[in-house]
Amino acid sequence: MDLSLFGNAIVAGLLLGCFYAAVTAGISISFGMLDIVNIAHPAFIIVGSYVAYIVNTQFGLDPIIVSILALPLFYVLGAVVYQIYYVAFEKHGQESLRGLAFFFGILFIAEVVLVLTFGVDYRSVNAPYIGQSLDIGILEFPYRLLVPALAAMAMFLGLQIFLGRSFIGRAVMAVSQDPQALRLMAVNPTRIKRIAFGISIATASVAGACLIIIQPVIPSVGRDYIGRVFAICVLGGLGSLPGTLIAALLLGVLESLTSTYYGPSWAPAVSFGILLLTLAVRPSGLLGR
Amino acid sequence: MRTPLFFLVQIVAGLVLYLSFITFGNDYWFYAGYTVLQYIVLATAWNILGGYCGYVNFGSAGFFALGAYTSVFFYNTGQALNDLFSERTAGLLAYIFPIPVPILILLGGVVAGLVGLGTGYLTLRLRGVFFAIATLALAVVLETLVVNWEFVGGSRGAYVIPPANIPVFGAYIHYLFALMVVLSVVALTTARLIERSRLGYGFATIRDDELAAEACGVPTLKLKLTATVLSGALMGMAGAPFPFFIGYIEPSSAFSLSYAVNSIAMPMIGGTTSWVGPLVGALLLGSLQQLATVTISSAVNLLIVGLLLVGFVVVAPKGIVGWFEGWPWRRAKP
Repeated sequence: MDLSLFGNAIVAGLLLGCFYAAVTAGISISFGMLDIVNIAHPAFIIVGSYVAYIVNTQFGLDPIIVSILALPLFYVLGAVVYQIYYVAFEKHGQESLRGLAFFFGILFIAEVVLVLTFGVDYRSVNAPYIGQSLDIGILEFPYRLLVPALAAMAMFLGLQIFLGRSFIGRAVMAVSQDPQALRLMAVNPTRIKRIAFGISIATASVAGACLIIIQPVIPSVGRDYIGRVFAICVLGGLGSLPGTLIAALLLGVLESLTSTYYGPSWAPAVSFGILLLTLAVRPSGLLGR
Repeated sequence: MRTPLFFLVQIVAGLVLYLSFITFGNDYWFYAGYTVLQYIVLATAWNILGGYCGYVNFGSAGFFALGAYTSVFFYNTGQALNDLFSERTAGLLAYIFPIPVPILILLGGVVAGLVGLGTGYLTLRLRGVFFAIATLALAVVLETLVVNWEFVGGSRGAYVIPPANIPVFGAYIHYLFALMVVLSVVALTTARLIERSRLGYGFATIRDDELAAEACGVPTLKLKLTATVLSGALMGMAGAPFPFFIGYIEPSSAFSLSYAVNSIAMPMIGGTTSWVGPLVGALLLGSLQQLATVTISSAVNLLIVGLLLVGFVVVAPKGIVGWFEGWPWRRAKP
């Protein structure tokens, strides 16, 4: 076996895994903690990619910086979407069937609008580090993967600290366990959920910028990520951020090995296999409650 | 109305449609009509699981493409008999191949039904959300399999060349159209039968309160699996004639998201509680899309579908059928 090929596949997988963790963080909050099945999350990520693309080509700003500047915008977008969702479905307890259809519709509308505005050409960003790599021994760390991985990790850690330490963060954890008890503590669960959902959509901004650094983006890329993010979320255990990270790294490595040894066209099948296996064997995931 | 009478009414309606198209229309009418009828089957099939049981299937495109690619598989096998088998087997098989389209429809139904059974068995024991997610991922994985499978064309796609003419019907598209009429009749009759049987009441208990149903001794898993298999099989059947209709099939068109969106949007817009809803939704949205594709553009008509879906889901949860609730000719449901 070629050691350098194997080593580099592992490295690429780990870096990719860090990025997947950022992609899944939003789903981990909305689906895992708030019980909102936001299947449109990948669409928001693609929107994030296009925002990074527009500003990058117009002003030459680094995509990661763009995404941080766009955070408030995405937060507000998320809060608005949650408000609609709450008024239309959650208040009446009808979120299961119609709520799913609602988010599916949003996913679809976002994709079609992007196709109508930008066409179906691949779009990519420019940054000085893309195309170069950091070599350590036989291992290669392409900056194309390294920079997004670091940005993703920073965001992921920030999220973990925020949820564990701050008042709002703890309230979010509490609302996922028992909204009724939270109400008794004179905290409005709807407000907390709105904030949490806003944060979950805000992560899509950074994840989107990471995505467009890693690969050129077309509007339909989002769909490939639906299976992936939910596989990671379920494998990690619903609502557990550390579990999400472990699962993301695992999936990243497995996908990277698959595409190295069997060809990249097989990679999308890995996540589905993991999803089915998890659901069949251990539905509560690795670190599930 | 009793079921045999209902069946007869549909047959007559289908015949009238077919004959009026032949007399007054041209071939375009048949192509457009085929597409609308195909959506009637897809929407009705989706509604058996989604509307009656309350389990959302996002993978309609996957099941549809399963049927389509089953046809492609058998068509390609028929084309390459001499390369694939020894001379004697090929000689024997030449009596069976090429397999007529009605048989292919059944085969497509069987394959899609089996896949539905497998996915359902693994995920339906959990919360409904997981099934929805699994179907979403299923479509992506099936597409991956097809892309990597050279025999059915891989990512390049496959040509399926139907004969130009066929006895009795004349043009091949007339024949396909007639098949689709029959398939719609089968789908609608199945849906209506389910609605008025013990099975339908069982489905309704799952939709309303699964836990309570389970506690009362309703075999929920068995019922859910039945619904998944029926719905998946009908979708596969709708997809089986598709390669012959389109002539050239490739993964991204067969697995197009628009099938998934349409088969959810049509019942949601028409109304999910009875067989009328998907029919109304499919007729309305299907015709609207045919018009919009010709007059505006095909991307815009998808946008219309998406906006209508979100709009109806938020504002009019009972769909168009819900508007007519309480009208004098509607008896109160038990």
